[in-house]
Amino acid sequence: MIIDVAEFSLDEGENVALLGESGSGKTTFLNLISGILAPDGGSIRIAGGDMAALSEHGRDRLRATSIGYIFQTFNLLQGYTCLENVMLGMTFGARADKAQALALLDRVGLSHRLDHYPRQLSTGQQQRVAVARALAKHPKLVLADEPTGNLDRRNAREALGLIRETCKETGAALLLVSHDPEVLGTFQKVRDFSEMNRALKETAP
Amino acid sequence: MTLALIVKRSLRQHAFSTTITALSIALAGGLLMSVWVVKEQSQKTFTQVNTGFDAVLGARGSKLQLVLNAIFHLEASPGNLPASDYEYVKRHPAVKLAIPIAVGDNLRGYRIVGTIPELFTDVEYTPGKHFQLAEGRMFNPDAKEAILGSFAAHKLGLGVGDAFHPFHGLIYDERNQHAETYHVTGVLAPSNTPVDKVVWIPLHGLQTMSGHDPRAATDVSAVLVQLRSPSAGFMLDIMYNKQGNRLTFAYPIGAIMAELFQKIGWFDKVLALVAYLVALVSAAGVLVAIYNSMASRRRDIAILRALGAGRLFLSGAIVLEATVIGTIGMAVAFAAYAAIVSTVAVVIRAQTGVLIETFAYSPVMLWGPLGMIALCALSGLLPALKAYRTDVAGNLAPIS
Repeated sequence: MIIDVAEFSLDEGENVALLGESGSGKTTFLNLISGILAPDGGSIRIAGGDMAALSEHGRDRLRATSIGYIFQTFNLLQGYTCLENVMLGMTFGARADKAQALALLDRVGLSHRLDHYPRQLSTGQQQRVAVARALAKHPKLVLADEPTGNLDRRNAREALGLIRETCKETGAALLLVSHDPEVLGTFQKVRDFSEMNRALKETAP
Repeated sequence: MTLALIVKRSLRQHAFSTTITALSIALAGGLLMSVWVVKEQSQKTFTQVNTGFDAVLGARGSKLQLVLNAIFHLEASPGNLPASDYEYVKRHPAVKLAIPIAVGDNLRGYRIVGTIPELFTDVEYTPGKHFQLAEGRMFNPDAKEAILGSFAAHKLGLGVGDAFHPFHGLIYDERNQHAETYHVTGVLAPSNTPVDKVVWIPLHGLQTMSGHDPRAATDVSAVLVQLRSPSAGFMLDIMYNKQGNRLTFAYPIGAIMAELFQKIGWFDKVLALVAYLVALVSAAGVLVAIYNSMASRRRDIAILRALGAGRLFLSGAIVLEATVIGTIGMAVAFAAYAAIVSTVAVVIRAQTGVLIETFAYSPVMLWGPLGMIALCALSGLLPALKAYRTDVAGNLAPIS
């Protein structure tokens, strides 16, 4: 997937939604921002640091300390309990704070499911664990890739509310990818990634 | 803490392969330690066991055969020597004590040896220890009486007051039963020496057993000798072995047994090689088990990387997991070792009467487990490299 974005910025505490056709490169864009992928050129600056200039280890550290990533398929670790999943969300960046993990799980209404494994949870509950895990480290940036894509309407609304509310409380910027008009309608700033990705336009017939 | 959690969870997620792999490590480690300890202990024990004697005098032949026959009650006798030779060596100023033995009969496979009561009363089979009777009394040298070694008594199911008929020859054949009836008057306490597996009767009784050659009625099979000083041994060695050509003086017993171990040293090497190969194959098993599970681990690795875990950290977790499997395996290996060595000790005891010390410390108990664990850690390197190279984005599908 080729991504060529002229410029994109997100202020501290700002919420932006990205829409775009499937295969337009939205996930790749999020992976570049999170440092999972390294760009071939250009610059990605997060919290003042240039991601492109960082080594892989440096990008891991930045992701561990400053970026929370919520996936459409939740990507929970199946062999770990809810509490362990959340604690693993913060453990690579700083000391794992069990009290904080417990508070977050309480906040998402899962304090009674601490020792349950993902397979023992409903889809909505799994997404709530994923949200808690992404937010546990108090990231400066939250990336959410179709976080409501696998949820029913009610769970989607709840999950979205939770993400936005927590980002607001912690001052984290939120970049959310969605196809859902109802979700997109709740954002003041919505960008069309098909328009942003110049590589896509160049290859279009 | 996180590293430990990741390793623990991974071991649990792959519990079956972990268990099988750890068991194979346990068997390999147990085998390696057993081969080593049995080799060490049997060499140590067999070169030290002399049942209180410095030398053996017997018919002309192999010194090793003489020692095996007279001390360990294995092998056939190289021949008899006349009573005069026994009387001569007994009176020799360099000799402190001489005990004659005569062999040639058995009781259901257990050797019957004729000797004099002094063997049990005057000899310290190890410093400070005499043979003791666990029950009953010593045989009367002029009667058809017997005392039994503890192992022989147990295996034959005989005790004080029981009677038996000896069988001719060293190998049991029920058609070769002698007419004489012997009565058991005593059972020896265990000494963990070859004496334990022998049925002891008076020397005269064996010499004059029905069917034996009456012309050899005063001959003895060997004379067990205690010397007054080590130099006396060399003197008698020259006298019998270099200057004489009729008898063999086997001295010192430990050195003769050490020669045996040197002769069968190649067998030790083959056993050790087999044990090393088994260890190597088991370590390779760790590699294969983890490597094969990498497909199912890729997603977890990608997720952990997305959460900020470094490549080296996750590779280290794989190596640690291999190390833990090795450590668990080697912990169980001690149980396997105990089982293997105990079984071998029972077999050696049954064959020789000698009890090897199965749980004595040996350096292999340190370097064996450490080496095996290091080998397992090494075998984790290839899967760790695969973890290091895991494509994170590709394993966090789906992509929008």
